[in-house]
Amino acid sequence: MALKPRGESGKTPDVTDHQPWSAETARAIIAANAGREGATLPILHALQETFGCVPEAAEPLVAEALNLSRAEIHGVVTFYHDFRRTPPGRHVLKLCRAEACQARGGDALAADVERGLGIPINSTSADGRVTFEAVYCLGLCASGPAIMIDGKLVARVDAGEGAARVVEACSR
Amino acid sequence: MTIRVFIPGDAGAVAVGADEVAAALAEEARAAGIDIAIIRTGSRGLFPLEPLLEVETPEGRIGYATVYPRDVKALVAAGMLAGAPHEKRIGRPEELPFFKRQTRLTFARCGITDPLSLDDYRAHGGMKGIERAVSLTGTAIIEELVASGLRGRGGAGFPTGIKWRTVAATAAPQKYVVCNADEGDSGTFADRMLMEGDPFALIEGMAIAGIAVGATRGYVYIRSEYPHAVAAMEKAVAIARGAGLLGHGIAGSAHAFDMEVRVGAGAYVCGEETSLLESLEGRRGIVRAKPPLPAISGLFGKPTVINNVLSLATVPFILAEGARAYADFGMGRSRGTMPIQLAGNVKNGGLFETAFGITLGELVDDVGGGTESGRPVRAVQVGGPLGAYFPRALFDTPFDYESFAARDGLIGHGGVVVFDDTVDMARQARFAMEFCAIESCGKCTPCRIGSTRGVETLDRVIAGRDVERNLAIVEDLCHTMKFGSLCALGGFTPYPVMSALTHFPDDFRRAPAREAAE
Repeated sequence: MALKPRGESGKTPDVTDHQPWSAETARAIIAANAGREGATLPILHALQETFGCVPEAAEPLVAEALNLSRAEIHGVVTFYHDFRRTPPGRHVLKLCRAEACQARGGDALAADVERGLGIPINSTSADGRVTFEAVYCLGLCASGPAIMIDGKLVARVDAGEGAARVVEACSR
Repeated sequence: MTIRVFIPGDAGAVAVGADEVAAALAEEARAAGIDIAIIRTGSRGLFPLEPLLEVETPEGRIGYATVYPRDVKALVAAGMLAGAPHEKRIGRPEELPFFKRQTRLTFARCGITDPLSLDDYRAHGGMKGIERAVSLTGTAIIEELVASGLRGRGGAGFPTGIKWRTVAATAAPQKYVVCNADEGDSGTFADRMLMEGDPFALIEGMAIAGIAVGATRGYVYIRSEYPHAVAAMEKAVAIARGAGLLGHGIAGSAHAFDMEVRVGAGAYVCGEETSLLESLEGRRGIVRAKPPLPAISGLFGKPTVINNVLSLATVPFILAEGARAYADFGMGRSRGTMPIQLAGNVKNGGLFETAFGITLGELVDDVGGGTESGRPVRAVQVGGPLGAYFPRALFDTPFDYESFAARDGLIGHGGVVVFDDTVDMARQARFAMEFCAIESCGKCTPCRIGSTRGVETLDRVIAGRDVERNLAIVEDLCHTMKFGSLCALGGFTPYPVMSALTHFPDDFRRAPAREAAE
């Protein structure tokens, strides 16, 4: 198992260097996608990729461009687990909590990582170092427990040593 | 002469270091002055072997299993690039019993070809389906599919040809083909493997669907947890468009069909087809009441073929080889093959495509080799988080839609998750309710409220509080959820809960009995 610091695994949603909020940038992103059929999700993904989250300030801009109500956009943003309201920690760790990983020691791994990071799953450390989230299946069900760290998949992560390496990778 | 080396680019291989192995090998070969070409394939699908590296030799492709970056130098020195002996050498992978026992129709190319090479695709039987399809009428394509007996591989098992017939018969200025690649079930990864390992098969299948029903636009809705599949499909769609497999005049015909990849946003319920359509339209993934069927009023209210990845990727084989060649496999009303996924605590975990009819026991004990932990198999969950837990006593159940239904289970999308004897089935039942509560779209009360009450009630059971009375409430909740929910999320959550209760009753009565606390 090789855990690399972020940035080495190419472009994925969680490893982008996020920009601070800018209504102008947001408008450009929205305009680039607004003509697509069912444009809401592609727009929200693009906003989150740029800003690390979909801030509340983005909602009226999306609503206006798509001729929808702000409530509708708010409803969409808050329905999906992926969309964040504030930027995540410097590292984003997702740990699979679904059955196939449970059968392979996922519970013990989750407990070790919670202890090592000093925060419960589905939270961000106070120093903004790491956001630790549960995910339900990464499709690596024959080689779990599996995690995604800063967009990079890692399988066969055992409790104990594996957990320690994960915690270490999140400490950089 | 250039030596060809094959290393999977499948997420399951990458997650255990395949990218680093490829980089180390390229470096090592350069240093040794050996001319090699590294081809990134899909995975053959036996994950304990990954990273599995294969070298092309006159004797065929020779595999070296669990090759890590640190092993590369020694392997090259030992003559791996000429197929030399080594403790990691496994010979020709297709000779391993795990692969020899399979019938690979849908996954014929996966792990063998370069997923993004159309030449490779063609050389291994690709494009024959669409070439035949463009010579047929839409009706003839659909009748071929009906005759093949192909049923929806997403889990519902509805005959694919019948669905297409309805879309074809519904007049509309615009129709759609939507591929459901929101493979959220734990224990399943066949859609992911297919999209990463043989994406043109899915594109060809969708194009054939478009021709058959008169649809010109398609979408593949892939879950965001599958970044590698998203990347592979996006590249493959661009290549297919450039080569005339998509666009105007596809495969030299007068038909037009184009498609786009869309990414989900972490909602399990979007694997339910009407919820997926809502999501594609840009809304909350809230389930729609049926009727109307998506075949009549689907995406943007237009007639829509919506099928799972595996159903669509099997279509090219059926068109190329004929309905008969497919229907000859299988048993009863379950025709053809099923890509079964062995997962969880199992020794030989991976993708096992076989004709319907193999028993659960053969799958878990013979093919799977029992647990990886070496402890006895206690329970097997078949069909994802909404599937039933089967005890060893039911290992004689043949793998087909009807046999599993007859035993209060389902095969779903073909995931088989193995648990050893350390599993606590009361906790698994509680998890099923918890998962339903987390992922419920909230539209119907039995699912939204029932799952939350289910977690609370099972917590009392686990704590030993008033166990029998609380278990009666759980059963009652399950009954309401099963018959009162709008979709399979609330409707099928009772399967894991009730099967755990029925087959493993002792697990619910472990805590010392306590007086009712409330």
